[in-house]
Amino acid sequence: MTNRTTLPDARGHFGRYGGRFVPETLFPALEELEAAFKSAAADEQFQADLGYYLADYAGRPTPLYHAARISALLGARVYLKREDLCHTGAHKINNTLGQVLLAKRMGKTRVIAETGAGQHGVATATAAAFFGLACAVYMGEEDVRRQRLNVFRMRLLGATVVPVSSGSKTLKDAMNEAMRDWVANVANTHYVVGSVAGPHPFPMIVREFQSVIGREAREQVLRQEGALPDAVVACVGGGSNAMGMFSAFLDDPSVRLFGVEAAGKGLGSRRHSASIIAGRPGVLHGAMTRLLDDDDGQIRPAHSIAAGLDYPAVGPEHAYLAETGRAVYLPATDDEAVAAFERLSRTEGIIPAMETAHAIARLPEVAAQIPKGGIIALCLSGRGDKDAETAEEIIRLRESVSGDGDEGGPGVTP
Amino acid sequence: MNRIDECFSDLRKRRKAAFIAYLTCGDPSLQVTADAVRTLADSGADIVELGVPFSDPIADGPVIQRASARALTSGASLSRIIDMVAALRGGGLKIPLVLFGYYNPVLRFGPERLAREAAAAGADGLLVADMIPEEDEVLAAACREVNLHRVQLVAPTTPDERIGKVAAASGGFLYAVSLTGVTGEREQLPAGAAAFMKRIRARTDKPVALGFGIGSPETAAAAARIADAVVVGSAIVRCMEENAANQDMLRRLGNFVRELADATKGRSSGSGDSSRILPAVR
Repeated sequence: MTNRTTLPDARGHFGRYGGRFVPETLFPALEELEAAFKSAAADEQFQADLGYYLADYAGRPTPLYHAARISALLGARVYLKREDLCHTGAHKINNTLGQVLLAKRMGKTRVIAETGAGQHGVATATAAAFFGLACAVYMGEEDVRRQRLNVFRMRLLGATVVPVSSGSKTLKDAMNEAMRDWVANVANTHYVVGSVAGPHPFPMIVREFQSVIGREAREQVLRQEGALPDAVVACVGGGSNAMGMFSAFLDDPSVRLFGVEAAGKGLGSRRHSASIIAGRPGVLHGAMTRLLDDDDGQIRPAHSIAAGLDYPAVGPEHAYLAETGRAVYLPATDDEAVAAFERLSRTEGIIPAMETAHAIARLPEVAAQIPKGGIIALCLSGRGDKDAETAEEIIRLRESVSGDGDEGGPGVTP
Repeated sequence: MNRIDECFSDLRKRRKAAFIAYLTCGDPSLQVTADAVRTLADSGADIVELGVPFSDPIADGPVIQRASARALTSGASLSRIIDMVAALRGGGLKIPLVLFGYYNPVLRFGPERLAREAAAAGADGLLVADMIPEEDEVLAAACREVNLHRVQLVAPTTPDERIGKVAAASGGFLYAVSLTGVTGEREQLPAGAAAFMKRIRARTDKPVALGFGIGSPETAAAAARIADAVVVGSAIVRCMEENAANQDMLRRLGNFVRELADATKGRSSGSGDSSRILPAVR
């Protein structure tokens, strides 16, 4: 769980970003959490326990797979870090096993979480079931509708799913409601924040629990290629899979880091979630970060076809990495993500999460920025079963519009 | 001298607690808010907290969440609220006014500009629900510059030594959040409130306002026995919400606030039973 980056500083800042912008009620809980995390991180038994659960329960290490056909198409050596093969189907379990184990160590009897796509909710419900803690998951009504299967999975796992009907009824509002719950129940409840967002120490804790992705990937690429990658790519909503992946390479100056944000209907449309590319510094959910707001400082609703990216802010460390230039952030639209979703399915036989498909969509641009035949490591953050219904609707609509629905249909293309 | 200081020094001499009324500005319009502020002042409120609506009010319960959403729909913003403050002062309103909001609108407006313009318009204090002293350097300095009190909050979860630190940073008075939770009425004053006030008293001489969860004459009277000021928010916002369609909304609001203010001052109210105005506290 150690990582060579020295940030955040003692007050939880990444440069001008991060910090703690919270109601006073939560301040002591954040201090308690920070102390508990530091003590756990230094405790060999905790590390050994977590390592065991990650290996035998979650299925780590995940493979770093050389995607030969995509590589041939791009003229680069593309590796996919297969987080889609983790238990529950995404990288989210790395963080929830860590945080719920930590919550148990702190004597908490209940955990809560926010969820967008439902992946973090499922991963939290799973860890809570596994460690025997009560669990409530807040989910925007809109997302409850979009992700019915995940709602059922959470309930099956014993969690209470609380639909959130305030505001835009998506991830942002679920996070508001989870914070309100935490303010009221902070004595016995731990809030399992699902991304590298929120007040300090959450961005640090979630990064550290996700850093296993990057550590494994770095070792694997060195073993398989005898060299570091030229580029590392990941999608960024809040940015936890990207921070997990990036953190191992921050001190390797030759490795270029690319985050891909959701450009929704296009950056000019105002219907997107690209808070680094098109946002500005502001405060939401406890941290100074980059976000989407209007001239009065009211948060604007975000949009993305991928529920897990549908968030009008981003983890503060990404805002910092963008400002320093250490990482570069690129946009991918809904349409580009859907095309990439189909492309990876057909060329590699891997159906990616729609979130991940945004990163895949920018592979050609990334390949163009590195030497010919260079190495790219992409975090395949989750599997796409949950998105099949959404994708089917879009593809059917497109085919009915284009009028030649059977071209490119299943079994027709080589 | 800041109006807040005058208010507390006067009430201390009379050994009375202040009654602080909160409303959300722009719910349902800034015109109604201005009328309501005058009504609050005429009905015994000593200080008014002017809620600045925010899209993501994480410290607020459902009543103020709904009010904030209505206020944003009506187009309320910090600059228009400051204009309203100036207009109220122009009309002769005397009581202290405290702006109460969240940080992102403050940041977008500009902390220095906000302090300057709010003070010039006639505001006396500023509360920011998601801004603790650790992050407050710029805003606190800007407020000090123009004699705008930067009021800070303590909560039951705040450890003893931190209470002293936050109180030292707080201007005008210290806002004590009576319970671990979001805003909204509760049936009784939280059980731990008296012990919490004792912990605070041992660490500061500043006036202490007790808020969150207080919404009836009974809870207001109980709070007034242990605090220097009693804050009622959600119950007032709810009274305005439930009477929004009534021609005599302001009169009903005035009657309700009169009862709360009287209870705070240890007077029994002449107008009798509050249940004729409001249904029983939820």
